[in-house]
Amino acid sequence: MNLFVDALAWLFSLDRLIGGNSIPQRVLEHAGYTVLSLIVSAVIAIPVGFAIGHFRRGREVTVALSGAARALPSLGLLTVLALMLGLGAAPAVAVIVFVVLGTPSVLAGAYSGIESVDPATVKAARAMGMTEWQVLWKVEVPLGLPLLVGGLRSAALQIVATATLAAYIGLGGLGSYIFTAIPLRQYDVMLGGAILIMVLAIVIDALFAGLGRLVTPRGVRHRRRESERSLALSARPARGTTL
Amino acid sequence: MSRIPNRPRLALGAAALAAALTLTGCGATDPLAPADPGATGTIVVGSQAYYSNEIVAELYAQVLEDAGYDVERRYQIGQRDAYIPALESGEVDVFPEYTGNLLQFLEPGTTSTDAASVYSELIDALPDNLVPLAYAAAQDADSYNITLEFSNQYGVTSLADLAGVPVPIIVGGNPELAERPYGPKGLLEYYGVEVEFVAIGDSGGPLTKQAISDGTITMGDVYSADPDIATSDFVTLDDPEGMFLAQNLVPIVSADLADDIRALLDAVSEKLTTDELVSLNLRSTSEQLSSAAIATAWLTAMGLLG
Repeated sequence: MNLFVDALAWLFSLDRLIGGNSIPQRVLEHAGYTVLSLIVSAVIAIPVGFAIGHFRRGREVTVALSGAARALPSLGLLTVLALMLGLGAAPAVAVIVFVVLGTPSVLAGAYSGIESVDPATVKAARAMGMTEWQVLWKVEVPLGLPLLVGGLRSAALQIVATATLAAYIGLGGLGSYIFTAIPLRQYDVMLGGAILIMVLAIVIDALFAGLGRLVTPRGVRHRRRESERSLALSARPARGTTL
Repeated sequence: MSRIPNRPRLALGAAALAAALTLTGCGATDPLAPADPGATGTIVVGSQAYYSNEIVAELYAQVLEDAGYDVERRYQIGQRDAYIPALESGEVDVFPEYTGNLLQFLEPGTTSTDAASVYSELIDALPDNLVPLAYAAAQDADSYNITLEFSNQYGVTSLADLAGVPVPIIVGGNPELAERPYGPKGLLEYYGVEVEFVAIGDSGGPLTKQAISDGTITMGDVYSADPDIATSDFVTLDDPEGMFLAQNLVPIVSADLADDIRALLDAVSEKLTTDELVSLNLRSTSEQLSSAAIATAWLTAMGLLG
């Protein structure tokens, strides 16, 4: 308990607000790398995911490739890339590592969102005379958006946790508190840094949760609530029989 | 219906509980500790998870074996947080250490930097059941290294020369160096040099050395016994003001063993200079030999075996 109090005392000390090692500075660095990496992941993965979902082709290859890349330990990848590209390219190295980590989730969200759309709906859209482009943008993408946002959400969480490694190659971020404090055995700083990362992760997760609710089309939301209600109704008598 | 599937689970739980009770004995002792450390006459030699430290541990181990002791090797036990408790409890009897870092671990506020005063402070700082034997001339200390080109261009061979360098100095090292007394603060205090700091978390490893070579940083903190300093044509800057802590290699041993093995380990420390340590390390990094093979060859060459 004492350690926790010490960590809070460290967190809320006025000294944390000034200088190059201040909390606002470190939070900005950490969030900056997270957001930048997420954007790059999205730019790469969303078009590919949409294509896979729409044409129903290439899924196995892409999933295997991105899954294998993600299985690489991030710290190892970071070190190897930094040795190959030099520490002068450290920001690029960090972004590549985080993009490798984030891309599979975004990809999965993008294609499974499109694949989750009822085939009857897609057929109906085609029957109405929509072009393939229109089918994608007016039917599949809006209906698949909640799953895509879910993919972005899990990618963001993984990146925000792993962005701790940026400190290993001199890029700062909240990991620098932890990396500095471990050899000095400053447990209050370690815990304080960890708390900051947790808070940042929760904030980002909450933002995406809100975004997910916002992008769920009203018709789908309504239908989902109705189906939940009917599910609950049908579940009640079933439970009764086992008693 | 529900009682039958539960019975095997209950039996399993009972068996596990019985096993747990047997394993823990009466529950008052550590079940993983050896039954009675020391009683078997075996000397346990430990080492850090650092290849150079393991080689030195192997030097101690082979000399002890040669003198007729049974030696058990427990190498690669992480860092001080992991092995100091094992030393204090008597689980490990002999451990190669570095005077300055060990003192800083035990007395974080220490201000001694030269070899003799670090050593004498260390004797007091260690718990009563641990004794440092004589320390070797060999050091594996933090040191600032620059490229040969930079050294030639600005005529820098010592930290004291840095103040006259007209370009900004960027220092790279482990993140905690920012807080250490020999980090940027020390450079300003001892040598009046303002530096920019870049954290590179690999303890003077390949990333740090590459950053020195490609000019991303002006100078980097690399351990002085690293063979790459010579092979990469780095210049290690002198420290005339004694900013860095002395890091002499010293065997830390259990107090009740100290008198029996003192002469054996002192003979090793006497021959172990920094140049010898670098050559031992080089055989590991470039020839990829095992610590046992490196130790046997060196001890034989020094006439310390047989």
